[in-house]
Amino acid sequence: MNTLETSATMADEHGSAAAAADVPGHEGHDPADVGRFGLLLFLFSESFLFAAFISARLYLSGLAKPEHVNLSLGVVLTALLVASSLLSYRGLAALRRGDGRAAARWLSGTVLLGLGFVGGVAIEWSTAEFSITSAYGSAFYSVTGLHATHLISGLIALALGIRLLRRNHFAAGSTWGIRGCIIYWTYVDLIWVLVIFPVLYLL
Amino acid sequence: MTTVPATAAARGPGTWAFRWIVRGLLFGVAGFAIGAAMAAAIRTAAGAEPWDFEQNFTLGYMVALPAWLLGIGVWERWAREWLGRPVADAGPSDWRRYFAFTLDHKVIGVQYIVTFVALFLLAGFLAMVLRVHLMVADGSVLGEHLYNNVMGLHGIMMIAVAVASLAGGFGNYFVPLLIGARDVAFPRLNALSFWLVPPVAILLVLSLAFGGFDSGWTAYPPLSVRNASGQVLFNLAVITFGLSSILGGMNFLVTIHKLRAPGMTWGRLPIFAWSIYAMSWIALLFTQFLAAALIMVLLDRIAGTAFFDVSNGGAPLLYQHVFWFYSHPAVYVMVLPGFGVALEVLTHFSRKPLFAYRWAVAGFLGILGLSGVVWAHHLFVAGIPAELLAPFLVTTELISIPTGLVMLAALGTIWMGRLWLRVPMLFALGVVFSFLIGGITGIFLADVPTDMALHDSYFVVAHFHYTIIGGEIFALFAAIYYWLPKMTGRMYSERLGQIHFWLMFLGFNATFLPMFLVGFGGMNRRVASYEPALQDLNVLVSVMAFILGASFIPFVVNMVGLARKSAPRAVANPWQARTLEWQVSSPPPLENFPVLPVVESHPYDYGGPAPRHAVLPGVEPEAAQ
Repeated sequence: MNTLETSATMADEHGSAAAAADVPGHEGHDPADVGRFGLLLFLFSESFLFAAFISARLYLSGLAKPEHVNLSLGVVLTALLVASSLLSYRGLAALRRGDGRAAARWLSGTVLLGLGFVGGVAIEWSTAEFSITSAYGSAFYSVTGLHATHLISGLIALALGIRLLRRNHFAAGSTWGIRGCIIYWTYVDLIWVLVIFPVLYLL
Repeated sequence: MTTVPATAAARGPGTWAFRWIVRGLLFGVAGFAIGAAMAAAIRTAAGAEPWDFEQNFTLGYMVALPAWLLGIGVWERWAREWLGRPVADAGPSDWRRYFAFTLDHKVIGVQYIVTFVALFLLAGFLAMVLRVHLMVADGSVLGEHLYNNVMGLHGIMMIAVAVASLAGGFGNYFVPLLIGARDVAFPRLNALSFWLVPPVAILLVLSLAFGGFDSGWTAYPPLSVRNASGQVLFNLAVITFGLSSILGGMNFLVTIHKLRAPGMTWGRLPIFAWSIYAMSWIALLFTQFLAAALIMVLLDRIAGTAFFDVSNGGAPLLYQHVFWFYSHPAVYVMVLPGFGVALEVLTHFSRKPLFAYRWAVAGFLGILGLSGVVWAHHLFVAGIPAELLAPFLVTTELISIPTGLVMLAALGTIWMGRLWLRVPMLFALGVVFSFLIGGITGIFLADVPTDMALHDSYFVVAHFHYTIIGGEIFALFAAIYYWLPKMTGRMYSERLGQIHFWLMFLGFNATFLPMFLVGFGGMNRRVASYEPALQDLNVLVSVMAFILGASFIPFVVNMVGLARKSAPRAVANPWQARTLEWQVSSPPPLENFPVLPVVESHPYDYGGPAPRHAVLPGVEPEAAQ
């Protein structure tokens, strides 16, 4: 059989779907498996971006904390984020049961707490006792700003996902899209709890 | 996932080839206006003048970039899915797909190659301008400001070429073919990575209208915080390019991990795929530090931070640490794919198994591992603590061990081989020769005492041109001449290729060997004028550089000649190579293989017991010819 003819037949079979699918004609490969690995690599990469700014903070101010930060507000922010992640896992469990409506409700709770976190950062920024023009302030505002940017993009992704869940979009196909959003949200939570909060508030 | 059929208007013969690009540009301009207006509104609300060029431009660009991407095709092919709508297959399927948001990795590879070869020729022309300037010692030809800007533009463009031409171009085209996959893991992300590049080019050109970036491609503060506003455009451009690089690296890693054909074990992975694999880890992780360094400069300029402002507790040296933590590994982003191409070509054209395949792979991974712990050798004279000097001297020299493994694999492959000296082989041998000189001269820059004397002199310039032109550009042309018959189905003129090689090889050495002497003579980099005593040597370097520049004329003639209807056809496997890409037609069909190949033996077992590297089940071998 001629190679070109074979491939033309094949393109007819898979072509239209494959051209638009993210994993065209990769026989035997689970798109969620491929997608999850890619997302984890991307998050690993993002950790290096945070690491650069965290090392800038340590380089400029060492282990000292020259300015006074609002620790109690920081604890509230941390609690909000942890709670939002817990709600998202309830959403994940609902998704595994195939209950998209319940998943949408749990994830809406995640989004509400996430919005609360953004509001908390806004309060933090407007009431802080130091400005962005000091060396420590530069690091503090840029790290929290960078994290808030990630968090807001996670909120947008979750909001789009909830909208699709409500419209029963995932009933037929894979729920990988929404699960990916939850992984991303977990990352945004973890980087705050394990790195940013300790370095900026507890040091 | 469902698709709707393309509308007649989207696919019809009357559709203008540039319609997607024009729509992207229109979206981008509209997005820019919206972003800039938002910035003006925020400034007004804060009680300031509405217009501050750098703030408004930055926010405008942050909206313009996604708007451009939506316009170029992300909307139809991707974003509709986020809204629960079917993805539209609006792309053209004929030649116009080269100007559109296309998912086929081979088309994207060609887009990368054409873009970056054009950029290479343009940046090379700027080098010619610089060499004209340097023929007189007093710096009067261009003047200092223009010289600095041309130098900065030459630098960043060549950096971009070296980072993206082999990896983005040939990596995209050939990694899926080499590993027996139908495409990369994320075709849409792949297209996105490519279409992030045009905004970079637009910003870099536009920056000249706003005073350019006289800080050069390294953008050190304090100058980069204080110079003309063109610097802001430069920073945004390079951050965008970094994003493209990160996403590309991620895509390669997932592709190589997850999409290898049955039987394609790690121990049978073609060496070019291994080099792209190691390169991708560096691009994925370290590029974030480049972005961070440039974001900090940007924040110092537009948000009032004090990262590099000494009077407020900042530290300019911080920039150099963060910047070189990426930019030294970036050297390996450039040369690792070059090593891969060189070894690939050397083994096929020596008609011998690749010598010490496992050690060569170990060399790649060793380079990957060490690349993150050598950055401070760029700071030996910058005033870092003295106790850091010796450790970074040691780590930097350690990296010659894995690099040495790669060189020994190359030499062992050539040794006693029956060399077939066609054009790709000549360029691959050029890589071995030139990178050797680049590596040996690097030892003097890794040694603290000699670096104290040679730092920031033309010795450094000669050294890194030997590593980058030697390790990447020669390999780029080896790849072009090796794989072009596969990509185009046509055969170029061997004679013109040979002329190109010899002119380029001799011109290159005649340019950069004397440049070491110029450096010993004490000529500083990045300075528009120099000691008159060095003028004769500089005139020699310039004349030789013009020969090097002229060597690309036969190349261009050769490439244009391929477009002729009468150009000779290439058979499927003109080099009688064993690897997978040569077992399909030239050019390869859509989705690469009629059936997924099954890999049976090592790719480089020339003369070994296994007759074939892989089979296409159900397809007769001669049909693939």
